[in-house]
Amino acid sequence: MELGQINPILLIASLMVASTPILLAAIGEMVVEKAGVLNLGVEGMMITGAVVGFVTAVNSTSPVLGFIAAACAGAGLSLLFALVTQYLKSTQVATGLALTLFGLGLSSLIGKPYAGMKAPPLGKMHIPGLSEIPVLGPILFQHDPMVYLSVLLVAAVWAWLKYSRSGLILRAVGENHAAAHALGYKVVRVRILAILFGGATAGLGGAYVSLVRVPQWVEGMTAGAGWIALAIVVFASWRPWRVLLGAYLFGGVSVLQLNLQAAGVAIPVEYLSMSPYLVTILVLVIISLRGNHGAPGSLGRVFHASH
Amino acid sequence: MNIRLEKRPAPSRMLLALTPLLAVVATMIAGGIMFWALGANPAEAIRTIFWDPLFDETFGAYSRPQLLVKAGPLILIAIGLALGFRAGIWNIGAEGQYIIGAVVGAGVGLAFYPTENRLIFPLMVVAGAFGGWAWAMIPAILKTRFGTNEILVSLMLVYVAENILASVSSGLLKNPDGMGFPGSRNLARDYPAASNLELIPNSGMHWGVVAAFVAVIFAYVLMTRHKMGFAIRLTGEAPRAARFAGVSPTRLVLFALGTAGALAGMAGLFEVSGPAGQISIDFGSGYGFTAIIVAFLGRLHPVGILLAGLLMALTYIGGELAQLMLGMPAAAIQLFQGMLLFFLLAMDVFANYRIRIGQREVA
Repeated sequence: MELGQINPILLIASLMVASTPILLAAIGEMVVEKAGVLNLGVEGMMITGAVVGFVTAVNSTSPVLGFIAAACAGAGLSLLFALVTQYLKSTQVATGLALTLFGLGLSSLIGKPYAGMKAPPLGKMHIPGLSEIPVLGPILFQHDPMVYLSVLLVAAVWAWLKYSRSGLILRAVGENHAAAHALGYKVVRVRILAILFGGATAGLGGAYVSLVRVPQWVEGMTAGAGWIALAIVVFASWRPWRVLLGAYLFGGVSVLQLNLQAAGVAIPVEYLSMSPYLVTILVLVIISLRGNHGAPGSLGRVFHASH
Repeated sequence: MNIRLEKRPAPSRMLLALTPLLAVVATMIAGGIMFWALGANPAEAIRTIFWDPLFDETFGAYSRPQLLVKAGPLILIAIGLALGFRAGIWNIGAEGQYIIGAVVGAGVGLAFYPTENRLIFPLMVVAGAFGGWAWAMIPAILKTRFGTNEILVSLMLVYVAENILASVSSGLLKNPDGMGFPGSRNLARDYPAASNLELIPNSGMHWGVVAAFVAVIFAYVLMTRHKMGFAIRLTGEAPRAARFAGVSPTRLVLFALGTAGALAGMAGLFEVSGPAGQISIDFGSGYGFTAIIVAFLGRLHPVGILLAGLLMALTYIGGELAQLMLGMPAAAIQLFQGMLLFFLLAMDVFANYRIRIGQREVA
């Protein structure tokens, strides 16, 4: 066992990389839930984004196109969910599960011929000046563009929900859809847009796994990241900056256990691999001890204008 | 012209029974288009999946028994899940309970190796049920004690269970005579006292299938004749009324999750001691997730689940056949099953709402 091999600066830097997929998926899902919709299909949209992003990037040799295609694929899949839950009024829990099962099947069907190929690399973007700072530079400012984008997205969602009129409408729809409807807001339309946004970010998160983190296509490669993203939204009490904190916490646990595995610690690999899931459960318990404060009032309820 | 939905006072019973059939037809059509896109003849693909496993002269003899082998665990798990789903308790970690049941049950059996005794197999079944029950008690107790979301906890535990499975199949339960290969002793082949073999030759009927049929009957009696069944239905349809009627949510959660876990654990044990034969890394087969589709397709009703389980088993076998005969990818059938659930949920709108087409009348 050689813990000395673990370089703390590299560890923290790779933490940001490891957290980015979950962060992207979680911030989108938070917006969806703020609009009062519980989409349990995050895992399915992520894995679809992962495969579509990978296939596009391999065929076009452009990771950027890959990410765009992944966002479209995630949004496209979420549109299915949106139509069935918003127009056909189906139960959100069951429909979300269906979306996950559907996405898992779809992704392994699409990805089959691409197993074992390598993705074109996404270059790093060193921020001029800042990346030269000792310690902080390598940790914060020597990443690929998607890492910055994910953090910017959190800031944008935070500012939009807090300061913009449309953000206020979204929150109103999520808190009390009947009241929002009575005020003349288009509940269904707002929710569909929110669901599409969540789908796009989940797709981006998935593509980050297949294009940057791994970077190849492996069946079922998101391995529950979508579910962890759902847990993080609860952990964050539906607040954007806490989503960031939660995602980095989980990224930290998974990076740490990977490093411990590589360093050959005397704990069996299987027990290290299960640790992110156990930590998720633990955190959920701690959060529920405090009571689920901050859950949008209409979360998960079917809206029908006749009520 | 506009299209409006008008909520029915109560869901139409006829449509509730009819929509699963409509969903199957819609899935066949959409699936046919998918198969066509994959370069197969859609009619041939559909026939290979839904007809040939049962009636083809060459494959039928092999496939027909497989129908019960696959339907057994699906029905057993789905019956348990439906109890919870009806009351709004979302146990989606049946796959984990299935794995842990198999590990605990097989572990008990292997501990007795090579003793021959009639009591070993029943003991393993009890141990399997206990393992699944205990695994389901984690989300149940966290929910009743702390209000933790059971959806996420039960699902996270699937990944934990998969890691435990990987660990024991190359460690604790590894076959000492296996020349270093991961995986336990083969219970079905090498240990008669712990094996769950066919009861009637070439029927596919093993103890797990018997248990599934018994579970269907028990669940039917429970839901229609027992107070607990009433409490479950009431909580699902009117949670507030249920509380006023004195239904204890805590007891309900413990009962629904516990029963589902025990049944899933038993399903795992029957599988590991029979069709699968041994504990190995790839033992987890996704039955726990497919059972969710079975539960919904069966309308959360025991008899419906029986039929849905058989149908879903047919798609499994037909999918394998299509893989063999038409070179169809294995994932196509998974997609097919996911589609089925989607169509079903979408069609529910007809059962719950009336569709009104035309001008909105002035109120």
